[in-house]
Amino acid sequence: MKKEEDLEKNINPDAVGDGIHSIQKVIEPPKHASRPIVKYILIAVSALFLLVMLVIPLIVALVNALGDGWAAYKEAVLDEYTLKALALTLLATVSAVLVNTVFGMFAAYLLSKFYFRGRQALATLIDIPFSISPVIAGLVFILTFGNIGWMGDFLKAHDIKIVFAVPGVILATIFVTFPFVFRELFPVMNAQGNDEEEAAALMGAGGFTIFRRITFPHIKWALLYGVILCTARAMGEFGAVSVISGHLRGKTNTLPLHVEILYNEFNTTAAFAASSILVILAALVLIARNIVEWKRK
Amino acid sequence: MYVEMKHINKTFDGFQASRDVSFGVEKGHLAALLGPSGSGKTTILRMIAGLDRPDEGDILIDGKRVNDLPGSKRGIGFVFQNYALFRYMTVADNIAFGLEVQKKRKGEIKSRVEELLELISMKDLGKRFPHQLSGGQRQRVAFARALAPNPQLLLLDEPFAAIDAKVRRELRTWLREMIGRVGVTSIFVTHDQEEAMEVADQVILTNLGRVEQVGTPEEICLSPQTDFVREFIDAKRFEALMGIEKEEA
Repeated sequence: MKKEEDLEKNINPDAVGDGIHSIQKVIEPPKHASRPIVKYILIAVSALFLLVMLVIPLIVALVNALGDGWAAYKEAVLDEYTLKALALTLLATVSAVLVNTVFGMFAAYLLSKFYFRGRQALATLIDIPFSISPVIAGLVFILTFGNIGWMGDFLKAHDIKIVFAVPGVILATIFVTFPFVFRELFPVMNAQGNDEEEAAALMGAGGFTIFRRITFPHIKWALLYGVILCTARAMGEFGAVSVISGHLRGKTNTLPLHVEILYNEFNTTAAFAASSILVILAALVLIARNIVEWKRK
Repeated sequence: MYVEMKHINKTFDGFQASRDVSFGVEKGHLAALLGPSGSGKTTILRMIAGLDRPDEGDILIDGKRVNDLPGSKRGIGFVFQNYALFRYMTVADNIAFGLEVQKKRKGEIKSRVEELLELISMKDLGKRFPHQLSGGQRQRVAFARALAPNPQLLLLDEPFAAIDAKVRRELRTWLREMIGRVGVTSIFVTHDQEEAMEVADQVILTNLGRVEQVGTPEEICLSPQTDFVREFIDAKRFEALMGIEKEEA
């Protein structure tokens, strides 16, 4: 076990966390970088910002959730529709993570190990969900798969329902989260180069053996990190899912949508109670993320 | 001839890396592919290994045309420039890998790995990981790993480039000795004429994708056949080198 930790330290530092999340790679500043006053002002500003933007809203959410007492909270959380929404959120999240992990690994492998025309264009295409508003993504799916949509007649003829149904919710979630795993893997695989794989292939190792014994040990932490980010994003997705789900309570409502419905019905306690489930899930993901980040170093 | 290249042409995205390359290497010989960077020597090596395919021409190993044979079926061992050791495997696992994918018996693998560790004088370092080794040790592991499946032909891409100058000479002698002892036909790529002249039985001098001259180090130095060879070979340095060898003898 100790050796494995040693190994992790040996990973090329440039190869780690170089995706869109490189901001998390904090560079340690020189000790006497600036005068103390500047430091304290900056700390105060950051703390104030965090307090107003993050801490107070979270406290308000929890206080509101428990505002009518523990029993009311429990009832709201265990409400049939809330549980159904939670189940759908988990289903969509697991689907998105599975699909995007497989897809992201293939894409990162393709783009880092092979050179071909249009390689750059493909890498850019994969990033589209990052730059497109999720609402537009949802609309695009309605225009593609909906009744009036491009594939509408075909789907109707075969009795397949995507829009305003569970498949649509899953599709939208996959779409919104599909760059995450790829973005984490690509820089790591790119930095590794081809040599080790070529060496293994020359010795007669097949594709699967090469992946299992050479490629995978190298990318496992980046992969896990990508999966975690993907999970976090998938659980919280609102825009795309909101458009495509049709808000059918107990059918196509995910947890974030359910929260909105409850809130619009002035059912504040229930809304905040349902939110608190999301907050807890988010906290778990955050803890997992930090463990992975720490392990990776 | 054990290895033969016949009229090989190869182009990468409009860049012609090999132009009508022909030469042969005899069984048991150690040949150097020598030339300035960009002269196409690594491309030649990679084509022999099956890592790149020639556009035209034939590659023969032991009299058989191997153009359509994957590298793993050509009976070769390859030492990469940066060794390409498997960084998540121990030294012993690195050496064993080629035997494992060939589905050799466990006991057989174990004894072969021990034998090779002995050969490279790293008997006690089998459990180390590549990053815990010095440059010279890594090279020795790469060498042992390439030799493990008993290849008939050993290919080495700039085997000394990643090693600092001080140890280079020592390793050169070591490698020469090892190859002699194992008796495997070998071809190595280098841009350093001293290295080529000192180590190889035969030098293949390349420039701009072409083979300029093939011959023993003496032949190339004493009777260069083209202007490029004349310019590239530093005759004085060679005489000095040969002088040293005479004294040693």
